[in-house]
Amino acid sequence: MELGQINPILLIASLMVASTPILLAAIGEMVVEKAGVLNLGVEGMMITGAVVGFVTAVNSTSPVLGFIAAACAGAGLSLLFALVTQYLKSTQVATGLALTLFGLGLSSLIGKPYAGMKAPPLGKMHIPGLSEIPVLGPILFQHDPMVYLSVLLVAAVWAWLKYSRSGLILRAVGENHAAAHALGYKVVRVRILAILFGGATAGLGGAYVSLVRVPQWVEGMTAGAGWIALAIVVFASWRPWRVLLGAYLFGGVSVLQLNLQAAGVAIPVEYLSMSPYLVTILVLVIISLRGNHGAPGSLGRVFHASH
Amino acid sequence: MHLLKTLAASAALAVGFAGAAAAQDPVKVGFIYVGPVGDGGWTYEHEQGRLAVEAHFGDAVETVIQENVPEGANAEAAITRMAVSGADLIFTTSFGFMDPTIAVAEKFPDVKFEHATGYKTADNVGVYSARFYEGRAVQGTIAGHLTQSNIIGYIGSFPIPEVIRGINSAYIHAKKVNPDVQFKIIWAYTWFDPTKEADAAKALIDQGADVILQHTDSTAPQAAAQEAGGVYTFGQASDMSEYAPMPRVSSIIDNWAPYYIARTQAVIDGTWESDNTWDGIGPGMVGIGEISDAVPAEVKAEALALKDAIASGEYHPFTGPLNRQDGSAWLAEGEVADDGTLVGMDFFVEGIVGEIPN
Repeated sequence: MELGQINPILLIASLMVASTPILLAAIGEMVVEKAGVLNLGVEGMMITGAVVGFVTAVNSTSPVLGFIAAACAGAGLSLLFALVTQYLKSTQVATGLALTLFGLGLSSLIGKPYAGMKAPPLGKMHIPGLSEIPVLGPILFQHDPMVYLSVLLVAAVWAWLKYSRSGLILRAVGENHAAAHALGYKVVRVRILAILFGGATAGLGGAYVSLVRVPQWVEGMTAGAGWIALAIVVFASWRPWRVLLGAYLFGGVSVLQLNLQAAGVAIPVEYLSMSPYLVTILVLVIISLRGNHGAPGSLGRVFHASH
Repeated sequence: MHLLKTLAASAALAVGFAGAAAAQDPVKVGFIYVGPVGDGGWTYEHEQGRLAVEAHFGDAVETVIQENVPEGANAEAAITRMAVSGADLIFTTSFGFMDPTIAVAEKFPDVKFEHATGYKTADNVGVYSARFYEGRAVQGTIAGHLTQSNIIGYIGSFPIPEVIRGINSAYIHAKKVNPDVQFKIIWAYTWFDPTKEADAAKALIDQGADVILQHTDSTAPQAAAQEAGGVYTFGQASDMSEYAPMPRVSSIIDNWAPYYIARTQAVIDGTWESDNTWDGIGPGMVGIGEISDAVPAEVKAEALALKDAIASGEYHPFTGPLNRQDGSAWLAEGEVADDGTLVGMDFFVEGIVGEIPN
């Protein structure tokens, strides 16, 4: 009946697109937190990436340049966070919040003259051969390049953290920064690099919103996606593949609620609209009931080399 | 000499000729916007109205704006600030500003207020709106002809009478030319949220809609339709002609400029009184944007004939026989809906599937 009007193939394909911004931001933030740093400025870095990416893409008519500029802008903003928290030893929570507020203000300032303009299209990348496969083809292999990049990034982060020496060092720094320091690892340097990576992916996520998903610039357009990305990292217990699962789950609920409405399913819209947030709370409760949530041991703690 | 003049003017003010002096001061007109002026839709057209006021009066008028004012408690603060800053006339341009406007108006009896699309008036609060449903009738006619899948998607903002009227009017006229037509409605619960509007448009397209009507303010659904290809849209509140000839095949354009100029003139002349203006295609408050070449010529001619009939008053979009959604009779054969029912419209007409959320 009504549910039959929803095409599951199209639904999954569109939820992958809807989830890509939060996936990009979340995988970066996961690396940052694995290094023991809590950066609450994801929303600010995303929105800055969104505006810088849009402005660059409009002026250069190249969406690829837009994404590169967005990554640089996100990383640039995160460098501010890195300097303040790693060298000046300020509290990470307060600094991260300030970064979000700063990013929101800065982005409206930069974006003012660009409201209402159109972005150059990124285009789709149908993977030859694979995109012809029934069912799986349209779901997995007929997207724009950023969707593939986001999934590849998850795989790369997973492999790097698990199998590489530098990934092990990053985890050591996040688990116990004093011990890592005693072993001679450069805690501050590792953390700054992780923060820059997180900033760059958050910028990419923001640019995906302004260049692909909408595509135009609007003040405050990331609309809380950065906060959802932070929740996903906790939801995922700091594991890369679970970040992917979490991001698709969150993106999926928001796409599903619009599809259910269009199909005329008589569930009050308000419940559907709040369901992603209810799921977040539920997952957080389950995680804390389980006790062992897998958070890096030094997460959020200030590191002094002298101690 | 100059000094003497200044002194004389000050003296005149001091002894109470303030009225005469104020007449030479520019009249200050304020505008409260729900979105950014660059939204390309609703707020953009109000901004065009403001610019027309500036162009018409020149130095006799000073205008101020505030954009992105959220509906609700913050709106009251924004309107109050504008009144305190010395505005003589304030246009509040979104339905959700209704109660805040009334509340602020009570505190500033000397300031005139004009609230768009609401229904609460006071001695110093007038209301104005446009009969958008007349434009929706033209849209519905074109949409009914264009759809191949017989599924028309509709992105609603909030379930308020203005939006429900639009859905009903579009449906009645789409059904008239295409008895198999079906409407799928998504309530976005926002006037302006491009991400959500784009997602809503995509969900409707995924479910087979090949015409998208929107009652939200951004151009995001147009962009989504353009990307999908083969989907028709209509500009909302503004022409959105940057998406013509496809996907945007026509539009409803709000033309506020004549009204804004007339009401500002009334304040200058001291003849302003609270009013309740509701104008449509006839007086020019609702315009129909150019119907693009993507529409077959005979459909275009039919749509324009309907537009003319509505403009001349010969035809009313809500003419019986019409039943309510539950099948009960609403309008008898030839009967025309009265404004009272239209203003408070809270029901779908027969044939529309789905409930109006509370």
